[in-house]
Amino acid sequence: MKLLFERSVPGRRTFILPGSSFPKREVPEQLKRKAAPHLPELSEVEISRHYTELAKQAFGVNSGFYPLGSCTMKYNPRVNEAAAALPGFARIHPLQPKDTVQGCLEVIEQARKLLCEITGMDDMTFQPAAGAHGEYAGLLLIKKYHESRGDSKRTRVIVPDSAHGTNPASAAMAGFTVTTVPSDEDGCVDLEALKAALDDTVAGLMLTNPNTVGIFDRNILEITRLVHEAGGLNYYDGANLNAIMGWVRPGDMGFDVIHLNLHKTFSTPHGGGGPGAGPVGCKKLLMDFLPSSSIGSRVFEGEMPHTLGQIRAFYGNFLVVVRALTYILTLGREGIAQASGMAVLNANYLMRRVRGAFTPAFDRICMHEFVLTLEDVKKETGVSALDVAKTLLDHGMHPPTMYFPLIVHEALMVEPTETESRETLDGAAEVFIRIREMIGKEPEKLHLSPLTTPIGRPDEVGAARNPRVRYEFSE
Amino acid sequence: MNIPGNLKYSRTHEWVKQDGDGVLIGITDHAQKELGDLVFINLPNPGDKVTKGEAFADVESVKAVSDIISPVGGVIGKVNEALLDAPESINQDAYAAWIARVEDVSGTEGLLSAGEYEEFLKKEA
Repeated sequence: MKLLFERSVPGRRTFILPGSSFPKREVPEQLKRKAAPHLPELSEVEISRHYTELAKQAFGVNSGFYPLGSCTMKYNPRVNEAAAALPGFARIHPLQPKDTVQGCLEVIEQARKLLCEITGMDDMTFQPAAGAHGEYAGLLLIKKYHESRGDSKRTRVIVPDSAHGTNPASAAMAGFTVTTVPSDEDGCVDLEALKAALDDTVAGLMLTNPNTVGIFDRNILEITRLVHEAGGLNYYDGANLNAIMGWVRPGDMGFDVIHLNLHKTFSTPHGGGGPGAGPVGCKKLLMDFLPSSSIGSRVFEGEMPHTLGQIRAFYGNFLVVVRALTYILTLGREGIAQASGMAVLNANYLMRRVRGAFTPAFDRICMHEFVLTLEDVKKETGVSALDVAKTLLDHGMHPPTMYFPLIVHEALMVEPTETESRETLDGAAEVFIRIREMIGKEPEKLHLSPLTTPIGRPDEVGAARNPRVRYEFSE
Repeated sequence: MNIPGNLKYSRTHEWVKQDGDGVLIGITDHAQKELGDLVFINLPNPGDKVTKGEAFADVESVKAVSDIISPVGGVIGKVNEALLDAPESINQDAYAAWIARVEDVSGTEGLLSAGEYEEFLKKEA
């Protein structure tokens, strides 16, 4: 399809602005740009068709089943959008007088209280723009805490080898060195290895529970106790909160700081520019270090001498918080627990149904997601997890997460979420079974898939090494 | 399986080749196959100390980023800078594409012979 720049015709316009009743003010000469910007010139209908065409080439939760493990691609209810579109929320400016945005501040305050209740935290900031940003902010809280105690030798952060790749990256970005601890045969933290890694140079541990293989680490209280005993703090990666919300709370598991992905767990748009929101919650001992311009007890920077400062403008992605609050209030206390219960049930149901066709990496009851290993299939037939993922596209399904977690070879990580019906799950299971039969009969066919998508197999090496990320104008 | 007899191997899939008073280090053919097409490599700097069993470089493939674990202790003498522009040469010939030359080598005991590494791969599979 053509790009907007390729459709552009000089002089074409979308609409004509009415005349202004305000006197015209010239931009000062020194601020004016020398050359006109390259902007595509199109009519409104052409722009509209362009984006509709793009949307048709994409696959979203509204197109079909999207079991992308670790990403919690649940359906985003329309009522969230209705709330976020209310002019009192949508048409505000962060610099307008506080007494004119009290309703918006109330949304943040109410969301703060409810999310603190769900996570067992004492306070929360909504500034971080998404998950990894939240991790970074949470680690800065841990850093500030140790610094405030004059404990400058704590430079290490412990991360299990099953962790999300963002965990070690965020820790490194926050200035820590990363110590990886191996998983045991259940994919959980190896307690002996953890003990061996702990000493007075450890600033903290980063963990998600359930972990990335979809298993709840039953040693969690022991793990967080060991870290606390060594003087470290426990960081909870909220990526998998959809498995437990309303049932257990990270705060009660011994975690001191947590980030949430509102765009995963709390049904706000995920991917494609969301935008996301990665609020960071913490226990009392870290509250003084939270970013300024949080609300609740602290609104003004001057009142927070120990704050780590602002990490994003104003209150973060506010309209995402409106959607998340709408979701929480729609579900209520019982609905929240029911949602995560259904997410776990759906994952177990689908795992049981596909187990005859593909091998679960950990063959036991899972939480909200499960991991298949295609190592045996690849060895026997040459068909890889990638081939199966691509073939799923031809069956109208988004592929699961692949090649993650790294501790499982030829991994496919399936997270159906609670919003899928039994019919959808049955349909997906049959697709998996049919593909396994195809592998037995015509394995070479899978190397060619997908055949029905706008793009077949992109040149991934070329895309990584020589990305073309801007339009090059001919003149 | 391509496992040259004149090299030593680690359980984390690196090879070690005696090179005068130092050693050359790279990743094995099995490792490059598992990683898939490599698109980037991060190399250490000459003079960096490396510790046996700890990461000293990393590679990014179309699948994931993976640490390369040093099979020996010592000091980095030279790195193969040609890999920065052509990480795919590791996919093409893993045993020609050395990553670093290590001097003041320690900890070579416990490395596997070609036969032992082949056995190890069979057991791991």
